[in-house]
Amino acid sequence: MITNKSLIIPLVLFSSLAVLLWRSFSLEDPSLLPSQLLDKPFPEFNLEDLHSSTRIRNADDLLGDVSLVNVWATWCVNCLIEHPVLTRIAQGGVGIVGINYNDDLKKALVWLDQYGDPYTFHIRDNKGTLAIDLGVYGAPETFIVDESGTVRYRHIGVVTEEVWMEKLLPVINLLRGNSA
Amino acid sequence: MKPHRRRKLYFLLFLLLSSGGAIALTLMALTENINLFYSPAEIVSGVAPVNKRIRAGGMVLEDSIFRSESDLEVRFIVTDLQGSEFTIFYTGILPDLFREGQGVVARGALNEDGDFLAEEVLAKHDENYMPPEVMDVIDQAHGDLQK
Amino acid sequence: MITELGHFSLILALGLSLVLTLLPAWGVQTGNITLMQCGDSIAKGLFFFLLLAFLSLCYAFVVDDFSVNYVASNSNSALPPYYKISAVWGAHEGSFLLWTLVLGGWTFAVTLFSRDLSVDMRARVLSILGFLAFGFTLFSLLTSNPFERSLPVFPGEGNDLNPLLQDFGLIVHPPMLYIGYVGFAVPFALAIATLWSGRLDMAWARWSRPWTNVAWAFLTVGITLGSWWAYYELGWGGWWFWDAVENASFMPWLVGTALIHSLASTEKRAVFKTWTVLLAISAFALSLLGGFLVRSGVLTSVHAFAQDPQRGMYILIFLIIVVGGSLALYAVRAQGIKSNTTFSWSSREAMILVNNLLLVVATAVVLLGTLYPLAYEAVSGGKKLSVGPPYFNAVFVPVMVVLFVFMALSQRSRWKDTTLDVLLKRQGFYVIGSMGTAALLMFTLATFKSYVLLISTIAFWIFANLLENVLQRFKRRRWEWGSMFAQPLSYYGMLLGHLGMVVMMIGICCTVYYSVERDLRMAPGDELELAGYQFKFVEIRQINGPNFISDQAEISVTRNGQDVISLFPEKRLYSARGSVMTEADIDPGLFRDLYVALGEPLTQSAWGVRIQIKPFVRWIWIGGLLSALGGILAVGDKRYRRSRRKDSSNFLKI
Repeated sequence: MITNKSLIIPLVLFSSLAVLLWRSFSLEDPSLLPSQLLDKPFPEFNLEDLHSSTRIRNADDLLGDVSLVNVWATWCVNCLIEHPVLTRIAQGGVGIVGINYNDDLKKALVWLDQYGDPYTFHIRDNKGTLAIDLGVYGAPETFIVDESGTVRYRHIGVVTEEVWMEKLLPVINLLRGNSA
Repeated sequence: MKPHRRRKLYFLLFLLLSSGGAIALTLMALTENINLFYSPAEIVSGVAPVNKRIRAGGMVLEDSIFRSESDLEVRFIVTDLQGSEFTIFYTGILPDLFREGQGVVARGALNEDGDFLAEEVLAKHDENYMPPEVMDVIDQAHGDLQK
Repeated sequence: MITELGHFSLILALGLSLVLTLLPAWGVQTGNITLMQCGDSIAKGLFFFLLLAFLSLCYAFVVDDFSVNYVASNSNSALPPYYKISAVWGAHEGSFLLWTLVLGGWTFAVTLFSRDLSVDMRARVLSILGFLAFGFTLFSLLTSNPFERSLPVFPGEGNDLNPLLQDFGLIVHPPMLYIGYVGFAVPFALAIATLWSGRLDMAWARWSRPWTNVAWAFLTVGITLGSWWAYYELGWGGWWFWDAVENASFMPWLVGTALIHSLASTEKRAVFKTWTVLLAISAFALSLLGGFLVRSGVLTSVHAFAQDPQRGMYILIFLIIVVGGSLALYAVRAQGIKSNTTFSWSSREAMILVNNLLLVVATAVVLLGTLYPLAYEAVSGGKKLSVGPPYFNAVFVPVMVVLFVFMALSQRSRWKDTTLDVLLKRQGFYVIGSMGTAALLMFTLATFKSYVLLISTIAFWIFANLLENVLQRFKRRRWEWGSMFAQPLSYYGMLLGHLGMVVMMIGICCTVYYSVERDLRMAPGDELELAGYQFKFVEIRQINGPNFISDQAEISVTRNGQDVISLFPEKRLYSARGSVMTEADIDPGLFRDLYVALGEPLTQSAWGVRIQIKPFVRWIWIGGLLSALGGILAVGDKRYRRSRRKDSSNFLKI
């Protein structure tokens, strides 16, 4: 049937292109980013509370219950997007600890005033030292820390309703189930 | 050999030679103009070649930007946040999103003293954007630290 | 409510596109005329619902409905109303909806302007377009739904549109580009329909020509506007960066240009039939590939949308199905199709063959440079590299120079056979004349550069041949003025298309070789003399815009003591995002642009300033627009409408 074999050349060329695209694509899948901290204790830190410069926060403040640790900043566009979702999560009874990352104190307080503050408390990481220990790429990023202060999950990017229902909530349920 | 056969042979030969030559020239141009990326650790440890056009980058260290009093010369330190750092020298206008504590990628060459002389400093047009090269740098440096 | 209506419309559109894929195709297979004909009304319905969905999204932007996530991330109540509309396509979700709407629009256009196409061919074409619309709509709904809401709690204020995109260029550039990109779907669908029916004849080529021309013209306008926008908005006066995404739009353009020429020879002379089909498939395949590269995040670029592996994976799978399927169909169905026509090596067919080969080589060069970083990363296990503009300039430009030489030679060529004598007569004289003119102009107006001499010589040479072409026609009509206006529109289109390229060549070589640029530190009172102009930094002041505050400098320009203009470049801070933007100020001119941009503040009063003089830079875009106009003009040719009716009889043998 195929008498003129040269007509297959375009298909062959395209196939090799498709293989290349497929390969380079699976190499760069950002959803599979590993976190070196996974299942390790949350890094040590001693940083001011955002609302009170005299109150020093450290890793012990994360103990006791499963909580979300959310890296945010006022310069971060997407933090505003996930803010309503976080508010709902907090209303649902999951504690959220904020890390205010590389930010201006005044601006951060105004921001919280304007949009609401569903967080349990905020760590003021204006030098980005804690973010460095966490290996943060940028804001927003969200970690799940269990009741013993171990990092259990890392999500890079916006927490949407979908991310919450499909990724974060199952992990939290699992962790709470284990401890119960 | 019949004349039309010979003509065909010459034609094919010509086609083969010219396309071969064109491909060779293209590949040569390609290999001459690729710029490999090197991380701060690779630059500090001497893996990166000297006096060859490369790209390098990392995070701009806080309080490390120094400007000349008289012209547009500027220097700043780029770090992988885990101890490897080097200095970039640049003369010209920096991009809008160039800031301390942000990721940056520069194109230029390394001199014998280990300083990077940049021809171009790149920053992308989104304040949340982290160049993927810099992401890798942080990941690797962080991974090494954990070991 | 309106948002839900939009969402629902999009779901209905998905259903309709599936029906449009299946019913007419089924009709073709079973010979059921009614089923074949129903494609028309389904296609109209599809367009209607896509339009409704799109307008609903526009509405959400206009009324600042920040409960819609997409609106909240890309708009702001302080945003001026016209930018609220353009913000609809300012990010991935909305721009993809626009892309889908454009496909719906093209499908609608096919139902309007294809009355002469036989029932079965129209059913096949609509079915294929329906399948593409199905893929696009499904993608939109599954991975990038712009109608998603965050309720009950939502932000009271939006994030604002990326300031880079708050600009007239962004209002027009993406729609034009998408109309062009997606427009290649029509020649693609016609090519596939032809393979499917097994009737690869000249009528197919005549049919594809106007569609290809319109798509190509829009793509040309889109790319031209993009270049212009980058020139004044990215702040630094570059007009082409060989950026991965620019390349993604440039490759379909190159293949589309080849397609326009090869369609002409297939229509007139029934040659290169299978080759032309392959080009039609490739043009659209490269459009899809461009979509993949831009939206998957595998390549980084200023244009790239945020990385999302799910989206990339979807487009890649769709790309493999559509293009792989088409090429497999091509391999099987193009068998046994031969052109029986012969032509000599100096005929117009041969010229078009050379044109096609060179354009395909140029496309391959761009493709190689664009994908090489990916290939390297895949082979080296994640090491990154970039391919610099010098590669593209070193390889692409020579190919183009050869192409332009043939463009000059081909003006006189006739179909089937042109003797070398005819082809080369007086050409030596023209070349010497062009070179003389170029050299004379260069010595009187500027400095000598051998590349400028080469390029402008070729440009003048092409121009001489175009002029000769016109005069020959005029002469044949015994120099009657009226005859000059009685030529077919496609002839004027051809002239204008090539003239545009001449104008662009002159613009490019003058801009590249005669631009002067100075980056310097300036405080109030400082002056700079550059190429005969005196630039004086008068003062710097703060001004307030609707959604930004700005440092504005006043730089007065004089020449020989005469005032030229005062320029007011700005550094803007957009408050909602806290992002800083450079707004250059330009004194545009037909022969030179004065371009001033502010860098960063160095001390209290001193700023980094970039001052540029760019001769003939406007010619680049004027040339592009002239070419596009030529493409559109050719479509208006009466010949198509008349002859199409005649030829359609071939199709009526179901």
